[in-house]
Amino acid sequence: MGVNWSRTAKAFLLADFVGGFRLGMKYFFKPKPTLNYPFEKGPLSPRFRGEHALRRYPNGEERCIACKLCEAICPAQAITIEAEPREDGSRRTTRYDIDMTKCIYCGFCQEACPVDAIVEGPNFEFATETREELFYNKDRLLANGDRWEREIARNLELDAPYR
Amino acid sequence: MNKTLKLVVDGAEMDVDGNMTILQACEQAGAEIPRFCYHERLSIAGNCRMCLVEVAGMPKPVASCAMQIKDLRPGRNGEPPEVKTFSPLVKKAREGVMEFLLINHPLDCPICDQGGECDLQDQAMAYGEAGSRYHEPKRAHDEINLGPLVKTAMTRCIHCTRCVRFTTEVCGVTEMGSTGRGEDAEIISYLDQALTSELSGNVVDLCPVGALTSRPYAFAARPWELRKTETIDAMDALGSNIRADVRGRAVLRVLPRNHDDVNEEWISDKTRHAIDGLGRQRLDRPYIRHEGKLRPATWDEAFAHVVAKLHGLKGEEIAAVAGDLVSVEAMYSLKDLLGRLGSTRVECRQEGAALPPENRAAWLFNPGIAGIDQADAILIIGANPRKEAAVLNARLRRAWLNGAEIAAIGPDVDLTYPVVRLGAGPETLADAANLDWVRETLARAKNPLIILGVGAVSRPDGAAVLSAAMGLAESVGAVREDWTGFALLHQAASRVGGLEIGFASEGGIAKIYDDAASGALKAVWLLGADELDPSRLGSAFVVYQGHHGDKGAHRADVILPTGAWLEQPGLYVNMEGRPQLALTAALPPGEAREDWAALRALSAALGAAQPFDDLAGLRKALFAEFPRLAAVDAREAAVWSGVPAAEGGLSGAPFAESVPDFFMTNAVARASATMAELSKLARERRGTTLAAAE
Repeated sequence: MGVNWSRTAKAFLLADFVGGFRLGMKYFFKPKPTLNYPFEKGPLSPRFRGEHALRRYPNGEERCIACKLCEAICPAQAITIEAEPREDGSRRTTRYDIDMTKCIYCGFCQEACPVDAIVEGPNFEFATETREELFYNKDRLLANGDRWEREIARNLELDAPYR
Repeated sequence: MNKTLKLVVDGAEMDVDGNMTILQACEQAGAEIPRFCYHERLSIAGNCRMCLVEVAGMPKPVASCAMQIKDLRPGRNGEPPEVKTFSPLVKKAREGVMEFLLINHPLDCPICDQGGECDLQDQAMAYGEAGSRYHEPKRAHDEINLGPLVKTAMTRCIHCTRCVRFTTEVCGVTEMGSTGRGEDAEIISYLDQALTSELSGNVVDLCPVGALTSRPYAFAARPWELRKTETIDAMDALGSNIRADVRGRAVLRVLPRNHDDVNEEWISDKTRHAIDGLGRQRLDRPYIRHEGKLRPATWDEAFAHVVAKLHGLKGEEIAAVAGDLVSVEAMYSLKDLLGRLGSTRVECRQEGAALPPENRAAWLFNPGIAGIDQADAILIIGANPRKEAAVLNARLRRAWLNGAEIAAIGPDVDLTYPVVRLGAGPETLADAANLDWVRETLARAKNPLIILGVGAVSRPDGAAVLSAAMGLAESVGAVREDWTGFALLHQAASRVGGLEIGFASEGGIAKIYDDAASGALKAVWLLGADELDPSRLGSAFVVYQGHHGDKGAHRADVILPTGAWLEQPGLYVNMEGRPQLALTAALPPGEAREDWAALRALSAALGAAQPFDDLAGLRKALFAEFPRLAAVDAREAAVWSGVPAAEGGLSGAPFAESVPDFFMTNAVARASATMAELSKLARERRGTTLAAAE
């Protein structure tokens, strides 16, 4: 039943306190990992799968040709497409709906698309106040495409060597 | 002639008919041979080269579709010839052929309507190489005009010439052909005129790639999103077996199903494309006529109105007329209901055909549709089979190709095969037994066949025409133990079913007209009847039970909406007496119900409730009374019971064209935009005959 001198000495010399203070000061001077969201945002991979967008060609023509492969592959059956010949005879959608509440962001739609029309862009900030706002139609998706085209094109270009 | 030979396919020895091709023998052995140009019902072309197989002893692979077993040489020691269908040589040959086929085939599967059901796509996946070595420009071709039904993308064409062979051999219109060779090979249409055949839609099914696709169906759907229902066609009396493809509640397309004894694998353009009429002019809620105008009502109001109007009427003051598209169940249910009200005045012969319901042999296509193949002399009286049953006409044409002689009494029409014109009217029929052709050819034929059009017996002297035609059949020896060579060519899908269940009464439609005009008939029930003359129903109270706002509905005092064909299940008996079961492909619109359900509900409102509560119960009662109908897809031949006597003689008026407009024969077709376009085109064409054709 002897006295543990080393423990007693540490207790009296406040060793744990000093060690904790040292750790605190170490992280105090290290760069901070937390972000001041929404003013700061973390880096995103070019492969990030966010909000969907329908893209256009540089001349303004919509890319989607209504082949319905995305609709077919969608595991959540979130995509609904209707098509008919446009006035010039080309194959176009008359309806392109994505139910974002069903979508599981697997990215199969953009994988299936033969013309890179439907893509999952870098935007992840599309929370809404009502459920109905998450039922995207063709206009909404095309508007997304127009808004995010620069980022989407850059991401596709960055990812192209690996495809 | 049919010599059985030994053949080894992939190591297994088998006995085959020497006349068979290697491809047929391999199929029999269970080996799959890819092919594009070969088709069972067309002549052999042998130009796609996809069916190459290895035959032991041959220096090169052999096109199996074009090589007969009897032409193969046995081995050195007399061993049977050996065919290999998956040797390395065959694999290499198929990959090579596929690569050549794909050289000029565009990579536009995503925008091609054939995508997902394309032979080239499937076989390229199964037998082709993964990549392409071709970097040069691809050739392109201009589109050709094949009319409003067939959309072309000739750049996709692989020159299998199935369409050319089909239009030439089956349709009998030589309006397509192939020109040029090598890269310049091209399928073209004659003088860029639209196809004039009633079977032109079938080239879409035949095309193994997406060069010919359906224009009304263009870009509408992908095959994997369609719900497929196997059912029966009601656009003509042939009872073609069809498959209806539905997405949501819209019937998007109709495709043929194979039935060797009925439609083989063809259907007419009306069958295929009248379906867009199901979406227009529909009766989707009950209506009651109020101060001369139809106003929407509920079912209860409509029933109350009908009950009030029928109240106190005697049985013989109520009559019912059935239309062309209704099922046997609907007619049986209506007949049962009228029976409960004390009336036997039911009538399905709305065009006035003088067909005796009790003499079954007088109104059946007695030899059967497949029986045409055995006929070697055919006399067509007052009928235009090309318009009345287009697919049957293709079979008649094949009979002619196989050597049958065909003559006709009636209007001079182009039937796509040469016909000996005997005369135009009944006077020729009366004197037919003395005609040279009848004496020399028909009477001497092994299996003579007389086809009588329903139009010819719908005239005032119809009974006499029927009697004369049946008498002629007897006198030329067409009625024997083993062969009944008298056939009535019906136009309406419901007619034979109606006659089978006795949905007919003495005097026919003429008596209903007379009694309605004189006031002896107070109420007329129209069960989808649009082909009668509603203006001759006098001041009778008219109930129209049906699906389209057509002639009958315009005259109606009460409209009860029901599902159209494809929207409710039912039996249809085709012209040869074959009951076939149609299934529900889509749901009826709005408040429309099934025919039997509407009648069952009304019977309760009338205080004469019918004893069945579901369709199965109705069918049980129907089959108990008419056991013949229970044998679905089995044909019971009629017993020849002599020639019916006819009052009155034949008139002098020539037989008129029985179907003035092929595309406008029923309410669904009249509501269809595609049919309207085709009808317009046909009328224009009649106005301006091609100078070159004259």
